[in-house]
Amino acid sequence: MAPLLVLDHATKSFGAVQALEDGSIELLAGEAHALIGENGAGKSTLVKILAGVYRPDSGRLLLDARELRLANPADARDAGIAVIYQEPTLFPDLSVAENIFMGRQPLTSGRRIDGGEMRRQVVALMERLGVPLDPNRPARGLSIADQQIVEIAKALSFEARVIVMDEPTAALSGAEVERLFTVARTLQEHGAAVLFVSHRLDEVFALCQRVTIMRDGRHRFSGPLAGLTNDDLVSRMVGRELDALYPKQPATRGEVALSVRRLTREGVFTDVSFDVHHGEIVGLAGLVGAGRSEVARAAFGIDRRDAGQVTVEGRELPAASPTAAMAAGMGFVPEDRREQGLIMDLSIARNASLASLRRLRRGLLIRAADEQRLAADWATRLRLKFAHFSDPVSVLSGGNQQKVVLAKWLARKPTVLIVDEPTRGIDVGTKAEVHRLLSDLAGQGVAVLMISSELPEILGMADRVLVMHEGRLTAELSRDEASEQTVMLAATGQPTQAAS
Amino acid sequence: MSTTVQGQVEAGAAGRSGSRLVEVAFRVRELGILAALALVVIVTTAVNPRFLSVQSIRDLLLNASIIGLLTVGQTLVVVTRNVDLSVGSVLGLTAFMTGTLFVGRPGLPVVVALLAGILVGVVCGAVNGAVTAVGKVPSLVVTLGTLYVFRGIDYAWAGGRQINAADLPDSLLTLGSGRILGVPYLVAITVVLVAVAAYALRSYRSGRELYAIGSNPDAAVLAGIPVGRRLFAAFVLSGAVAGLAGVLFTARYGTVDATAGTGFELQVISAVVVGGVAIFGGSGSVVGAALGALLLSTIGSAIVVLRVPSFWQQAIVGALLIGAIALDRLLALRIAAALRQRSVRNAG
Repeated sequence: MAPLLVLDHATKSFGAVQALEDGSIELLAGEAHALIGENGAGKSTLVKILAGVYRPDSGRLLLDARELRLANPADARDAGIAVIYQEPTLFPDLSVAENIFMGRQPLTSGRRIDGGEMRRQVVALMERLGVPLDPNRPARGLSIADQQIVEIAKALSFEARVIVMDEPTAALSGAEVERLFTVARTLQEHGAAVLFVSHRLDEVFALCQRVTIMRDGRHRFSGPLAGLTNDDLVSRMVGRELDALYPKQPATRGEVALSVRRLTREGVFTDVSFDVHHGEIVGLAGLVGAGRSEVARAAFGIDRRDAGQVTVEGRELPAASPTAAMAAGMGFVPEDRREQGLIMDLSIARNASLASLRRLRRGLLIRAADEQRLAADWATRLRLKFAHFSDPVSVLSGGNQQKVVLAKWLARKPTVLIVDEPTRGIDVGTKAEVHRLLSDLAGQGVAVLMISSELPEILGMADRVLVMHEGRLTAELSRDEASEQTVMLAATGQPTQAAS
Repeated sequence: MSTTVQGQVEAGAAGRSGSRLVEVAFRVRELGILAALALVVIVTTAVNPRFLSVQSIRDLLLNASIIGLLTVGQTLVVVTRNVDLSVGSVLGLTAFMTGTLFVGRPGLPVVVALLAGILVGVVCGAVNGAVTAVGKVPSLVVTLGTLYVFRGIDYAWAGGRQINAADLPDSLLTLGSGRILGVPYLVAITVVLVAVAAYALRSYRSGRELYAIGSNPDAAVLAGIPVGRRLFAAFVLSGAVAGLAGVLFTARYGTVDATAGTGFELQVISAVVVGGVAIFGGSGSVVGAALGALLLSTIGSAIVVLRVPSFWQQAIVGALLIGAIALDRLLALRIAAALRQRSVRNAG
């Protein structure tokens, strides 16, 4: 049978970052096809190309063996490609029926909207899906599962032949996943091709007939799932070389500095307990959406927590108070430096001194000279490349911006430092400097908790590796036990021998 | 309150209870304004029975009609999560233009004046719409700018001149004071426009798309809605309505100088918000907005009748505004909670 949709050697880069080097996939009508791979393997970029959100730099997209060019999401829809995202974007104020038919409402002869006909069609669609959603209720307040049903009903209403589900089950409960799968199977039976992007291998086996595996922006494997095991899939997802980028020096492990006990935030993460000792770098690994950053944010007090304790140097921290966490000696370098780590329009000196203003204050005032002195001190130590301290941080490169964020926290001389994706989107040279710096800090006795989506970084830097899967800690691996295999198995929710 | 909302949700089996709840809530929103209106009228009438005479009702409606007309255009803009602050200036500009036209040629047919006013309004609206939709500048800033620009043009043109009713032909003044079947022309025009706009917003794709844009701009793009074109159209219509209102202003008051309509934009937005149009777009109705205008102007008249010092009027309007927004917020939270519960039960 000829494939319904073919993406052939698509590439896409954003500036200097090559997000997709070889995006290739073939979808057959009436089949569910799984797309799996590690974080950053290029899955999302591929999906967005199919959705018409990104235009590939090169490569071809064929539907029914005819070449297709998608300039925008509406083109994809008109071509019969529907994408259901993990969190759909609906119109909260409008009814379910209007959400499904917006811009395509059935009309009467006078070009008026035929509300009765629209509702009848929605009821019919919902019957086909086996989900009794009221067409008249507004989308506001729908559960994520129901929002996805609305998107699927929309796909059905324009008779989509290719239905892409981008990690649809990440936020669903067990019963909701079952319902979604029933719907997906119904779509298949009607001849649609389903592309199922997921981190959950058990679901991949439950739903799909074929699989495509990506790694580092490239297509690595395609074939029928029958006969393959979990281990087969994982070993094809991983397999990068460890290089010399990660110079973690051994350091003496001291007392417990940060202790997290049974930390829980409902619906986000559950029962997370771990310790970080002085002089130690603990890696927190897991797939995107596993709840790693959320744990860090709750531990530092940015987000509230529903249960559990956080202690620093034996003193318990009050919930939801970053001020208390800072006073106790904690520092937090967030994942998104542009949004959360820096104030982009402020100068380098201002940003660097932002967390130390209390210390710099003389009387009521803060002197620019003091700010400069602090910034200059750290700029030298971190080898910051810049023109003037008064330049806004927005003119710096990503790597140098990250150094300013680090300087901001290091100026406070923290005893516990949480770094979330410390080297995301920065060049190789600066990356090595950041790693050297983290290693030095551990050597000086700082307790470092490092969240990273890059397995080599975790494996190279961490003395111990904690792995999260869907809001729970699934493994704690020593440096010797941790390998791409063991970490990936734990991150995809497979039981590991090492975890016991 | 919470128990009744809860009770309705619980009582409704599967299917329709959610939509009924929301329908009730929306109707309650418009009924609420009517109830407030009734309260004001009853209290005032108890003090002064003449407040409820036919002539008085006619005056109440007449007083509300120009602001009420402006709420029609403003609602189109506000449901898209935008705002048009320039309506008062556009009104001032076309009001003075109308006066000047008739002073120059007393024999001019009134229809020509109406069309000219609308045309100038369309041009002003097109400027707002183009800068907002094409230039992607926030409409708050754009229309704040054009508020001053249009008013400035008005000042430059009028200088210190004032046009008086004595200078204007009867044909125009009749439009302001005449009646059709006992209903003042101005009131009739406003009612017709409100009805047309309400129908269009409810029953045509482009109308629904305005709500969609305000409800979730990103989703609107994904749904293939021509967002820029729709925004442009909303501003052009708002300008057209303001232009028309300018002509009617001159017809009604006769006296026009460069300050005509100053500050109307805030009255209009107050009426729209009191009338239940969400200031962040996506929901609300033209009928509610027009009722909001009627409520505010009736309060103004009641205060005079009740001999409340007039400086209280602004404080009352302000309190009402905050009350209306608080009520909306409360209602939205209640509905959201009720709908969420229903959603959970369906899934479970």
